[in-house]
Amino acid sequence: MKNSRSFYDIYKNLKCLDAGHVFKHIDWQQLNRALSKDDLGTRDLLVLLSPAGDKFIESMAQRAHDLTDHYFGRVIHLYTPMYLSNHCDNECTYCGFKHGNTLERKTLTIDEVKKEAGYIASNGLKNILILTGGSREEAPLSYIKECIKVLRDYFSSISMEIYSLTEDEYKELIAEGVDGLTIYQEVYDEDIYEKLHLKGPKKDYLFRLEAPERALSAGMRMVNIGALLGLNDWRKEVFFAGVHAKYLQHNFPEAEISISIPRIRPQVSGFEPASKVTDRNLVQIITALRVFLPRVGITLSTREGEFLRDHLLGLGITRMSAGSTTKVGGHTLEAGSIEDPEQFKIADNRSIGNIKEMLTSKGYQPVFKDWVGFWENVESSRD
Amino acid sequence: MKDILKIGDKEFTSRFFVGTGKFPDKSLIREVLEASGSELVTVALRRVDVDSKDENILDHIPEECTLMTNTSGARTADEAVRIAHLARAMGCGDWIKIEVINDSKYLFPDNEETIKATQVLVEEGFTVLPYMVPDLVAARKMEKAGAAAIMPLGSAIGSNRGFRTEEIVKIMVKEIGVPVVVDAGIGSPSEAARCMEIGCGAVLVNTALATAGDPVSLAEAFSMAIDAGRKAYLSDIAPAIKEASASSPLTGFLTNEE
Repeated sequence: MKNSRSFYDIYKNLKCLDAGHVFKHIDWQQLNRALSKDDLGTRDLLVLLSPAGDKFIESMAQRAHDLTDHYFGRVIHLYTPMYLSNHCDNECTYCGFKHGNTLERKTLTIDEVKKEAGYIASNGLKNILILTGGSREEAPLSYIKECIKVLRDYFSSISMEIYSLTEDEYKELIAEGVDGLTIYQEVYDEDIYEKLHLKGPKKDYLFRLEAPERALSAGMRMVNIGALLGLNDWRKEVFFAGVHAKYLQHNFPEAEISISIPRIRPQVSGFEPASKVTDRNLVQIITALRVFLPRVGITLSTREGEFLRDHLLGLGITRMSAGSTTKVGGHTLEAGSIEDPEQFKIADNRSIGNIKEMLTSKGYQPVFKDWVGFWENVESSRD
Repeated sequence: MKDILKIGDKEFTSRFFVGTGKFPDKSLIREVLEASGSELVTVALRRVDVDSKDENILDHIPEECTLMTNTSGARTADEAVRIAHLARAMGCGDWIKIEVINDSKYLFPDNEETIKATQVLVEEGFTVLPYMVPDLVAARKMEKAGAAAIMPLGSAIGSNRGFRTEEIVKIMVKEIGVPVVVDAGIGSPSEAARCMEIGCGAVLVNTALATAGDPVSLAEAFSMAIDAGRKAYLSDIAPAIKEASASSPLTGFLTNEE
């Protein structure tokens, strides 16, 4: 299905684009045209993300709201993250789990994975996102496979956010039951990427950038991409993320593509974002992406607070996390929990039950289950 | 004589099929179904959660309705077959709407894979209703494979763009021996009525209802329109005349003969 051009070829073509120059010449006519088109081009995305677009934010919101209602209905998919390990070989300046940070490192035992899974599943969730740091030694593929085997007894859809793999490795995990991959490029700008990733396997920009293509070629059902907002001028980064999503949708029409819009959160490293993304900017980002790609999923995590999440709901969001923790074993392990290391601070601490109530009261259907892992007809191994 | 729709081994008096996706609140589904008078309801197996006390969509479906599980999410014939097996194992019955989609942009079904899945599932004793892109040749193959009805799309799914595939569906209605049920794209009751006027067996509606301001009232309106369209079809409605009679007849010269 995939054509021979990698997204890297497209990135190389676009990276010389002088966004600042384009932005200067955007007027309301171009904005109006972009907003009223049925099928937007790459340039239209840049128009919607421009500083001039800010004045059109209400029109963008209206259009984004209508498109989302139309294509998705009032339905929000819920998931929760489960951190399996925080061991990491990478030195990413902005991350709380980076190798150089002194913190208690932990990888869950299989029994602890069962405990976490049992707790999460007792809240009714059937979609899980498992996460590890970037350590192939401490959380090897064989370990992840073992975890997946256990998780199959509790969940009907398993997504993962782990270090980049080869196509064959993705195939192995898909065969075990993984159906979704979340992988953020973090920053699309190759030069900035180089500066922020000081050491470890994640330094390999291209291997990271092409991971979604490899996963989809391997048969992954869902891929969720994103740029960590704040590492570079957000307008450019969201532009590349949007073009990347469009590339994936076009080349892998059988898959579900979604985009996350994570803003940098405070964490133990005290990293200061290079570019500030205001709430208003975030609205422009969500609505521009929705208008550009009407059928793309947009994921909003608990990095954002209660008030904002409740209000962003109608603007294009299709997936939300709930009852989240960024601590390894954070759902069930007690030991001095407040002191335990976390990857970043959660801003919306509501439980899954609270999020469900909020969605229902706003006229949205919370979806707890949206896929049937084919392993469901395999004999259960749960005691 | 009562006008009965026969599909597989069942008989229906209502020709209005209802899909259950996209509703903001699952408890609305029961009210909509009651207002619609529908006797056949589709549910995506991917959303069925039998473990959940309050999230199980099946609890919102009246017992008297026939449940038809759809294979939403399947990208190949093999996946559709596996979903059908799960549906059977989970007690959802043997009625399957095959939906094989590997196009995330327009959500067009894959007719080739759908034909394959139809063959397998019919052999295994399922009552199979394949959802398809209107195409006479593919429809014939599905009928030959044992499909109980054929479900061509009216326009792209969820688009509410109406009955844009009328010309092809009309031919299918003429040529196919099993009921033709228009599924997807029907946005308003008048369009549903049009489907029925040209002889379709039934109409399946989901998005139009789920996204309406008042889904219950719209369900009633659809039900009335579908009945009206069916009645018009049975009345042997006179075909529309292309233009008014010409003022200068072309055969006027024949008057002096003999």
